[in-house]
Amino acid sequence: MSVVPIEAYLGVSLIMFFAGVYGFLTRKSLIMILVSVELMINAADINFVSFNRYLYPGQMEGFFFTLFTIAIAACETAVAIAIIINIYRNWTSVEVGNLDEMKE
Amino acid sequence: MAQQIIFYILAAVIAIFSVMAVTSKQIIRSATYLLFVLLGTAGLYLLLGYHYLFAVQIAVYAGGIMVLFIFAILLTNRPGEQVKTELPIRRVVAAFTSLVGLAFCGHVIYWNINKAYTYFVPTEMKIQDIGHTLMGTNKYQYLLPFEFISVLLLACIVGALMIARKR
Repeated sequence: MSVVPIEAYLGVSLIMFFAGVYGFLTRKSLIMILVSVELMINAADINFVSFNRYLYPGQMEGFFFTLFTIAIAACETAVAIAIIINIYRNWTSVEVGNLDEMKE
Repeated sequence: MAQQIIFYILAAVIAIFSVMAVTSKQIIRSATYLLFVLLGTAGLYLLLGYHYLFAVQIAVYAGGIMVLFIFAILLTNRPGEQVKTELPIRRVVAAFTSLVGLAFCGHVIYWNINKAYTYFVPTEMKIQDIGHTLMGTNKYQYLLPFEFISVLLLACIVGALMIARKR
């Protein structure tokens, strides 16, 4: 029997997820928005892993889902940072308030 | 007992640093707090018994993605400059939305958790099982997603190079 209940793990991931939501809605820099998205993805990963360990102890689906999610988040961060660097080259700022016209 | 203490230390680290990462005024500090959050998450994976996931989280997230973030921050900002945030009314509305969402999800979890709870059975997951499941082609095995992930990684590398090259 474990000493840490499952709702403790879910509570930690809840705080992390909604900190990410607050950061996503509040920040003006594109990189800070990306940081908030990373927080949300990691919170969902904690949920997957804790449900796998507590409710389905013999199976591995949550573990593999988390593994693939980490790989996909790495890909998405790389492409997003390439886009941010390209935006910085053209407009010299990465604030979301300044990016309001499409290519002419 | 030791597990409880370590869990509460890691949970406090994750909660405090994730809130500080989204409310900090300087962007390099947010990146550093995010690094601590990712290391704390890796510690939680180790506490749950997933050694391979602990290693992957540290190698990919804390070692790879954080380096990308630091490079991107240093290429696009002057470090030390204050981060601009939205107007106060938007911050209040965003904080209110986050708190309402947190209260709602927290209520759903803590109301229903007794119906789904079982005890932690400390099963051991051997690395041979991970290898067989990742590379196998039977019903619950993951060779096809593994190959797709490698194609996705190639596509993302080529895409990032094409987007960010010097014209």
